[in-house]
Amino acid sequence: MTDHPETPQGGDIVYRHRLPVRLWHWVNALSVIVMLMSGLMIFNAHPHLYWGAYGANHDHSWLDITPGHLRVGPLVIPTPGILGVSPGGRFVAFPPLVTIPSSYNLAHAREWHLAFAWALVVPGLLYWAWGFARRHIQRDLAPTRAELRPSHIAHDIGQHARLRFPTGAAARYYNVLQKLAYCAVIFLLIPGVVLTGLTMSPAIDAAWPWLLDVFGGRQSARSIHFLCAMGLALFILVHLVMVVLAGPINEVRSMITGRYRLPRERGE
Amino acid sequence: MSAPLTRRRLLGSLAAGGGGLLLAGCDKIDASPSVQRILGLAEPINLHAQRLVSDRAALAPEFSASEMSPFFRTNGTSSPGTPDYTQLVASNFSDWKLAVDGLVATPLSLSLDAIRQLPRRTQITRHDCVEGWSAIGQWTGLPLGMLLKQARLRPSARYIVFHCADLFNGTPYYESIDLIDAFHPQTILAWGMNGHPLDVGHGAPLRLRVERQLGYKQAKYVMRIEAVASLAGINGGKGGTWEDAIGYQWYAGV
Repeated sequence: MTDHPETPQGGDIVYRHRLPVRLWHWVNALSVIVMLMSGLMIFNAHPHLYWGAYGANHDHSWLDITPGHLRVGPLVIPTPGILGVSPGGRFVAFPPLVTIPSSYNLAHAREWHLAFAWALVVPGLLYWAWGFARRHIQRDLAPTRAELRPSHIAHDIGQHARLRFPTGAAARYYNVLQKLAYCAVIFLLIPGVVLTGLTMSPAIDAAWPWLLDVFGGRQSARSIHFLCAMGLALFILVHLVMVVLAGPINEVRSMITGRYRLPRERGE
Repeated sequence: MSAPLTRRRLLGSLAAGGGGLLLAGCDKIDASPSVQRILGLAEPINLHAQRLVSDRAALAPEFSASEMSPFFRTNGTSSPGTPDYTQLVASNFSDWKLAVDGLVATPLSLSLDAIRQLPRRTQITRHDCVEGWSAIGQWTGLPLGMLLKQARLRPSARYIVFHCADLFNGTPYYESIDLIDAFHPQTILAWGMNGHPLDVGHGAPLRLRVERQLGYKQAKYVMRIEAVASLAGINGGKGGTWEDAIGYQWYAGV
């Protein structure tokens, strides 16, 4: 029993994720994964990145994947068996395990990519509209001024590094690192891949030439598209690790049913 | 000889087996005709969405001479290599004629010299390959819309088909565009590139430039232009060599 019966404590089940959040989470998870995997196959068609308006084999690239090697600027990293492999005889930059389809097929990869782009954009816009209208973004995702103080962020990083996650009532809300990561995905990386994707369209460039000015040309847009996609892949990786560390059953259940069991306070 | 089953080997083979199953599953989904049909629905949606946001006369960006690629790579066929084409090159295309036929009131047959005498447009534009690379070059040629007006399209004409000299698996390369792209001011039949007569590598004697589309739509070695009501009866029926052969979108848009 507690002095403040309305304040939940460790072990209590709270309603944490509203239905639109849960729906969008799973639709978006599928879309982003299909987009990433088909996108890596599209990259395989020309595994070089450039800055500027143009860029082809004879021009100066800043990133290449060649047999067994990744080059980023002056840095050459050996990647035997990981990047630049030849399963079944045909060279591919990204290996079959991470591409759609698994063996080289640009046409099919483009079919997946250009269809699921709609499943990324339309639900994303609906989520934005709902999130702002129902103040989910302002209330749950926007970091407060106090949370953005360097000392607070440094403290949270320290706690995360020691794998000490919020417990009890404090775990009802996202901590500042979660808020920053989710805001980066929702307002930077996803809009980034969408807008740079549109910039790669010669037809959209005719309609909205300002896109080329924003991103510094089509090949720069292609490079930024790739970097945003790698940012999303990194987010997914960290996100999954955090789910596992924080208690996968409780976390996954909360994203399905909305109900979350607050972690118990550490007895110290 | 079988190596003893260590824990590491067991985990390794489980991971490989799991990955293999996953791959097989994904590839089964990818290969399913109904999945391909559903994904294919995006093509008309992309076409209509792009046409909705862009004026039919909106111009592709044009560049200055200083912004051109220092080297414009060739792609696809670098020379048709057929005896007929070799003969044309040997005679510097002096005996060559472009045919304009199909659903037109006035079929035309024009020599390269005659085409060069007609009004021309010069544009420095970006060429975007479906594979991802881009090159900026200067193109000079006859606006296609002007030629089609001269040939007087019949009202039933809906697509313009380009029949080419290069062979793909023994069949002449072909491509097609709709009338919005055909009458776009930057859609030209280029006979000059970067200030020189168009060379064999880039599609001599004539190459289509349809600047709001990807590279595989820019048909090289154009021999004959045909106005049609439907693409269904032509070769594989999908409107182009790559569309028929491996399934690139007819209207990709990106």
